Amino acid sequence: MYSVAKLTDYSAAALDAAVRELLSALDAEAATVKSDAEWKAFRDRWMARKNGVLTLVNDLWLKAAPKDAKRDIGQRVNELKTQVEQTVESTQQRMQGGASSARLATDRVDITLPGIRRPVGAEHPVIKTLNEIVGVFRNLGYSVQEGPVIETDYYNFEALNFPPNHPARDTQDTLFVAKQGSKPARERLLLRTHTSPVQVRTMEAMKPPLRIVIPGKVHRNDPPDASHSPMFHQVEGLAVDTNITFGDLKGTLDHAMKALFGSSVKTHFRPSFFPFTEPSAEMMVSCFICGGSGKRGSEPCRPCKTTGWIEILGCGMVDPNVFEFVKGNGYDPKKVSGFAFGMGADRIAILKYGVDDIQLFFQGDVRFLEQWR
Amino acid sequence: MNMKLSPTWIRDFVALPVDDHRLAEDLTSIGIAVEGISGGGDSTVFEMEIGTNRPDAMNHYGVAREASAFYDVPLKLISPKLTSAAKAASTARSGGTIEVVPFPITIEEANLCPRFTARVVRGVKIRPSPANVVQRLGLLDQRPINNAVDATNYTLWEIGKPTHVFDLDLLEGGKIIVRRARDGETLKTLDGVERKLTTEDLVVADGRKPVGLAGVMGGFDTMITDKTRNILIESAWWDPAMVRKMSRRHGIHTDASHRFERGADYESTVLSCDRVAELILQSGGGELVGDVVDVVAKRIDQAPVALHLAEVRRILGEELGTNEILGILKRLGFESVPEPGEEAEFTVHIPSWRLDVEREIDLIEEIARLHGYDKFANKLPAFSGAVIDQPDQAKDQKLRSLLLALGYNEAVSLSFISHEDAAKFSPMPAIELANPISDEASVMRNSIVPGILGMVAYNLNRGSDNVRLFEAGPVWEASGPKAMELKRVCMGATGSAVAASVNQGARPLSFFDLKGDMETLLEAFECDALCYDSNAAEYYHPGRSARAVMDGATVAQFGQIDPEKAARKLRQDVWLGEIFLDRLYTHSLRQVRYQALPRYPAVERDFSMVFGDAVGFEKIQQAVMGLGIAELRSFVPVEIFRGGAVPAGKYSILLRATLQSGERTLREDEVAQWSGKIINALEGLGGMLRAS
Ligand SMILES: [Zn+2]
Repeated sequence: MYSVAKLTDYSAAALDAAVRELLSALDAEAATVKSDAEWKAFRDRWMARKNGVLTLVNDLWLKAAPKDAKRDIGQRVNELKTQVEQTVESTQQRMQGGASSARLATDRVDITLPGIRRPVGAEHPVIKTLNEIVGVFRNLGYSVQEGPVIETDYYNFEALNFPPNHPARDTQDTLFVAKQGSKPARERLLLRTHTSPVQVRTMEAMKPPLRIVIPGKVHRNDPPDASHSPMFHQVEGLAVDTNITFGDLKGTLDHAMKALFGSSVKTHFRPSFFPFTEPSAEMMVSCFICGGSGKRGSEPCRPCKTTGWIEILGCGMVDPNVFEFVKGNGYDPKKVSGFAFGMGADRIAILKYGVDDIQLFFQGDVRFLEQWR
Repeated sequence: MNMKLSPTWIRDFVALPVDDHRLAEDLTSIGIAVEGISGGGDSTVFEMEIGTNRPDAMNHYGVAREASAFYDVPLKLISPKLTSAAKAASTARSGGTIEVVPFPITIEEANLCPRFTARVVRGVKIRPSPANVVQRLGLLDQRPINNAVDATNYTLWEIGKPTHVFDLDLLEGGKIIVRRARDGETLKTLDGVERKLTTEDLVVADGRKPVGLAGVMGGFDTMITDKTRNILIESAWWDPAMVRKMSRRHGIHTDASHRFERGADYESTVLSCDRVAELILQSGGGELVGDVVDVVAKRIDQAPVALHLAEVRRILGEELGTNEILGILKRLGFESVPEPGEEAEFTVHIPSWRLDVEREIDLIEEIARLHGYDKFANKLPAFSGAVIDQPDQAKDQKLRSLLLALGYNEAVSLSFISHEDAAKFSPMPAIELANPISDEASVMRNSIVPGILGMVAYNLNRGSDNVRLFEAGPVWEASGPKAMELKRVCMGATGSAVAASVNQGARPLSFFDLKGDMETLLEAFECDALCYDSNAAEYYHPGRSARAVMDGATVAQFGQIDPEKAARKLRQDVWLGEIFLDRLYTHSLRQVRYQALPRYPAVERDFSMVFGDAVGFEKIQQAVMGLGIAELRSFVPVEIFRGGAVPAGKYSILLRATLQSGERTLREDEVAQWSGKIINALEGLGGMLRAS
């Protein structure tokens, strides 16, 4: 191991040789350092105040030098000091680098293993669809209204211009609340068969102009099967103003369908019949599954029965007889006009996602629900 | 109503410029919906869906009339060729009785039978109908019976007017009377069923007995048989409401009752009677006796309707020209007479086959329909009003997004539950249905719990062991004669809180998972005091359930379900949570109150204590918080330990106090002083300090 010798010859050549010997010893020793502990020993051997190589160089070379050589030796010792410090530091960096790369190697994980998943709830497809529809109309300035599921005959039928003998008023179609016999017919309770009663309720409470959208549960006396459910969800809309025309009805719904199903969707209207609208229409949208071609590849498109069109909602101009019921609140049928529309959110979800059984919506099967995550 | 029609038959009455497929499309576009086309050539069949308000279009001539209006081509008249037929010469005499060989016809109920038209044909041979009649009826799935009965059926499908044929020789007493049935009378109808009649029923009777249920079905004993030689043809117009009631009461729905109860064409009784006679004479020979007998007891006249062009344009838009409006009405058989001096106002006379048109808006619909809905330009109406949200919308959305984030899947269950469940899961009376779908669905739910439990069980039965569901929706309670609708949230969970993986073992759900979720949800609302006690409903496990009381009102309950009390077979622990939104929503959503971040370090002090089991954490927390140390930021349990060196009936708890000041770094002596106070308080509860 290198040790600092006293100098006898202070010639430049002799000094050069001594410095060279010291630096090559420094490099050689630095190269052998393999651990933190070894580095500390190395550092102390060269830099310790007591008996460190630099201290010895200072004592044996500089202090012992004749006066005329001191200047030259002093400069060389300073340079040596810098050299030693740099080497000690770079050795330490080498040490640390080596240790951390070893740690990284042992910390390695199999990144192809599955991640730890936190549970995330899924939106129900029907509620999601309902919200999407409501959102489209909300953006058009429609306010959301709600109304009771258990309704009176008056709001569900009478005020919507259903004649007393209309088949919808049958127990075969409508679910009725028990023990209503003692009440006048119009006050008897039933499960609303559509969200339309909220139209009249809202017109009783708010004066025109009106833009409302009504989401909600409805019930009918339909035993459950793949395409029927005694409970389902509707979104109803109503616009009343002094200058609403049939073209406004068409334009509004055309816009809404493009917002819901994409801007390339087309709409088509044909005559229909509802007691509370006249003229009444059924709206079809070009099939958003097959793009209106009626085919999916070489297979026939089932949702549109290969016609390229899907019947999506019923609508029409508000029947003057309906306005007559709320005439006192500013709805004189001679002065205002309006349109109404209603669509089934369950049916739209069925079409949109290709669900083959409406019962799946109401069974709570997580294997089904989690598909909407 | 779904029915089949033959386009070839339609073409008997109108020369159409299009093929059958185009015809189907065009008819559909004006509301005479062709839902399907089958067959080909003369055997092509349209599957029709005709609205119940359009009985006039439930036959070939009626559809031909629509087509003639749409294509603007002439509609041919039907004029039966009867050898001895003269113009209907009879009119009603007082009392609606008319003498005719061989039958006097008396109408006792003029309001229920305003018109009764009849003809007599003698010497007819009853035999199968000719091939063309059989073929056409066959296309419509109509079973041929014999030439006389088929003649009535053919006429019904051709011009929409139901008629009936009697075996004249089986009519007793030499007369026809339209009267109410007498109590106790019976009538065996054509379907072979013996019907008990009451005075609610209107019948066609001979001198002795009822021979037909008016407008619904003829009598069995007077029907046409192979032996029939002489025939009485009946073509009447019956009161729609009367026919509807009888059809309901007797549970008979026929093609005839279907049309009568929606309103047949009052002016077609003679035409249809003649057409039946013509077909019978063609197929079975024989001869007419006398003229047509047309007893008019009461005229049914439709009031004309005033039409204002301005009103048409107010509803349909400005694009419709006057000529088009008047042209459409004319082609459909409406006669528009201008009001003197009023260019834009017309009196419109309604054709007898359109009983559905009574108001100006009905005419406007006719105009829109024939103009073509798709031709109206799409517009968006301007609107300057504001969007008003439902008062609870923000709260609903907040809870829903939190529940989804907490890992609960949104679910929807049916609104109906059984009586038993209603009694078990709510103290409030449920609303009963008069005509429920089933016994298990006989009342409106007064709790969402049965629905959630049902769905959790449904999953467990299908091998899904980890289930988290929530449903937000209404429940209903009877409140006297009224129905109350209340909003609830119900959560259900079973299985693991943390699923097993290569990284960690599974951790089953515990009470504290539910409580943590509930705390997260309730924290979204402002309140002064929120506390939990163990007074949950009795279908919960008494030691693993709690009730959340917010400012004195129960806003939620949650915990493990007691399968026995809930009467459910569940193969693993199931956890439930219920939130009573009507009460929770009396609180507003929590306001954000920004606080500057602390600038001085916090100090933590741990206290290891042993308490008796009777001292719950709530007491410990209250005792410490009650000290009023302003710098105490939090006081939480860190570890709980039972058994080992801890004596039975006691537990060891490690508690951690965090102290911090907003103004300065805390001094050692201050912290020591507060720690001393905390220890004193804990010892005051009977706690023993362990070495810390
Ligand atoms: Zn398609």
